[in-house]
Amino acid sequence: MISDITIKMARCKGCGICVAFCPKQVLALDELSKVQVVNGEACIACGQCELRCPDYAIFVDKKVSQ
Amino acid sequence: MNKARLMQGNEAVAEGAIYAGVRFFAGYPITPSTEIAETMAKLLPQVGGKFVQMEDEIASMGAILGASLAGQKVLDATSGPGFSLKQELIGYAACAEIPAVLVDVQRVGPSTGQPTSPSQGDVMQARWGTHGDHPVIALAPWTVREAFDATVMAVNYAERFRTPVILLMDEIVGHLRERVVLPEPGELPVYARRQPKCTRSEGYQPYTPEEDLVPNVADFGEGYRIHVTGLIHDETGFPSGSPSVTEKSIRRLHEKISRAEDEIIHYDEFFLEDADYAVVTFGGVSRTAYEAVQNARRQGIKVGMVRLMTIWPFADKMIARLAKQVQGILVPELNYGQLVGEIERAAAGQCPVKLLAKYNTEIFTPTEIETAIKNLCAGGRI
Amino acid sequence: MERSFEKYFRQNRLPHLWCPGCGNGIAMKAIVMAIEKKGLSQDNTVIVSGIGCSSRASGYMDFDTLHTAHGRAIPFATGIKLARPELNVIVITGDGDCTAIGGNLFIHAARRNVDLTVVLFNNSIYGMTGGQASPMTPYGKKATTAPYGAIDRPFDVCQLAIASGATYVARSTAFHVQHLTEMIAGGFDNQGFSFIEAVVQCPTAYGRKNKLPEPADMMKWMRDQAIMKPAWDKLPAEKREEKFPIGLFYSAQYEDYTTAYDEVIQRAGGDQK
Ligand SMILES: Cc1ncc(C[n+]2csc(CCOP(=O)(O)OP(=O)(O)O)c2C)c(N)n1
Ligand code: SF4
Ligand code: SF4
Ligand code: SF4
Ligand SMILES: [Mg+2]
Repeated sequence: MISDITIKMARCKGCGICVAFCPKQVLALDELSKVQVVNGEACIACGQCELRCPDYAIFVDKKVSQ
Repeated sequence: MNKARLMQGNEAVAEGAIYAGVRFFAGYPITPSTEIAETMAKLLPQVGGKFVQMEDEIASMGAILGASLAGQKVLDATSGPGFSLKQELIGYAACAEIPAVLVDVQRVGPSTGQPTSPSQGDVMQARWGTHGDHPVIALAPWTVREAFDATVMAVNYAERFRTPVILLMDEIVGHLRERVVLPEPGELPVYARRQPKCTRSEGYQPYTPEEDLVPNVADFGEGYRIHVTGLIHDETGFPSGSPSVTEKSIRRLHEKISRAEDEIIHYDEFFLEDADYAVVTFGGVSRTAYEAVQNARRQGIKVGMVRLMTIWPFADKMIARLAKQVQGILVPELNYGQLVGEIERAAAGQCPVKLLAKYNTEIFTPTEIETAIKNLCAGGRI
Repeated sequence: MERSFEKYFRQNRLPHLWCPGCGNGIAMKAIVMAIEKKGLSQDNTVIVSGIGCSSRASGYMDFDTLHTAHGRAIPFATGIKLARPELNVIVITGDGDCTAIGGNLFIHAARRNVDLTVVLFNNSIYGMTGGQASPMTPYGKKATTAPYGAIDRPFDVCQLAIASGATYVARSTAFHVQHLTEMIAGGFDNQGFSFIEAVVQCPTAYGRKNKLPEPADMMKWMRDQAIMKPAWDKLPAEKREEKFPIGLFYSAQYEDYTTAYDEVIQRAGGDQK
């Protein structure tokens, strides 16, 4: 994983915007319609999800290489 | 000492506003109030204040409320149709507790009515013009000098109680010219804007009331980062849907005024000591009534007079006392009958209350009122 | 890592009350990012809004905030600016708030060139009251009060702002978040009346009625239909149909109202006091 994906669950309303705009299908909505990371390895830390989340519920940081 | 000046009622309002510290005026021209705007346009920049002619009365009202929240003392003047347009934001000022003074120089209505003719037809609109339950303060001067003093008082009350105050002028006083000596600075009290007593970090809440039930809402730009809304709100200033908060805040809005009634209610009494009858008047009509009462007195009629300066809150207690003393009350009004209802209510059947109504654009003659006084004493029709 | 823009929100008021996928949250973030970018002080910036879903934004933002009456935000803001010219005054309004009930107030503030930054959250509908047509509902689109499709011609509010005298006029969308942020930030730089139309999605009251119930689809529509101004200018008329331009449409230097009024005070001798 090259990224840290932080989700503020209490803020997520399950609108699916982040899922739709993720170029690598990293995200999905769970049974309770909250966002979840389903394929973290594929994340390229492009920030598209964070950029358009209307609820400031998802944040992506590039991992600093060890 | 200030020299005597020949001055119009409307000009005196503008002078009074400057004296009271008003530094912002937004308005829209309308007869018979326009001279107030014109005088403010001239005077305000001379003292570093600002005047804006807005696009309508709604905009004017919005602009003064914005300026008030930013710390200025504010005034706006209008007449009938404009007063109607302002009602929405008068309610906003009542709910959000924003100090503001609005002058209504009454003219004959409804609608465009008789634009240049005197009337007292906005008594009830001043009280109930906007929707919902809210208190209001309304003052009605009867001389040019009192137009000045009442304006100072109106600004003081607006600041002191953080509420809209209506200066209920009429065309008679607005356009009357009299020789007046204006007070020196310091002669009349001027109430300064209320200030927060603690800081943001000390847990400041903008709508927590003081002992007098009035909150010290911080001005914008002072670092308090407050929220102001026309929704019913709690002490934090944020909206609340709670029944108890709603009840509490509406009650407090009323009680902050009703508790201070003795401070706010002003009236003059003339020849009441031995009076068997009384005339109760306000505004420009009081001038004619005074003459009529004097004439009647000269003919041996024991009639007195009360001139109300404060229209709202209404002087219930005084009227109740009066109704106990006299055998009849005459209420001459330049309308179809408005204040008479309040007087009747307060008199509570202790004596007859009779209306002398006039709504044909003309003012009363002293003889008309004198005749009505005689009819009242004779127990006949007015 | 906590994002620095979070400090501009009243954390105890979040999550906000907007529907899932509502574009208002994105536009509000663009505003605070522009504020951060330009370094506007939190204590010297006032946010003024009208009434509508969009106008709820003021309650979430940690500044002095004023939630006025429907359509009336701009005159309140004018009063604040004239009373305290050193304050940055930002107005948040909706398409109905700004162009219907507040239309006259809007054009006159533009005409005076009052130094305000007005951000209109355009969702093409009356969101708050449940989906009635607004003066910006596109021709033929459905609303609860236009069940057979709107027959009123909509405003191009940017053209309206330019014609009224605004000195900075731009448009962007919730899809183009960074561009929207830039457009707003540009408005802060302009000393005068700045107007930014932010096209936002209302999946609930507009999308569902107009075959775009998914917020992401509404944003893809923005992506596909919005054309940057330079490209738009070269686009032949027949290719413009259904598309709309975004970007900076107009900017001009003109004395703002408070500066002009300072001269009035000087002429009247009031600057000596
Ligand atoms: C004087 C007045 N009329 C009507 C309303 C009801 N009302 C509240 S919001 C609104 C429309 C809001 O639409 P818009 O400005 O587009 O904001 P949105 O909710 O779409 O963000 C209306 C008609 C009101 N609050 N006040
Ligand atoms: S965009 Fe935000 S609110 Fe919507 S599903 Fe993703 S994280 Fe949740
Ligand atoms: S950062 Fe990009 S790749 Fe990673 S989850 Fe977000 S949208 Fe997908
Ligand atoms: S109704 Fe529309 S504008 Fe209002 S919160 Fe919901 S999605 Fe947003
Ligand atoms: Mg809308």
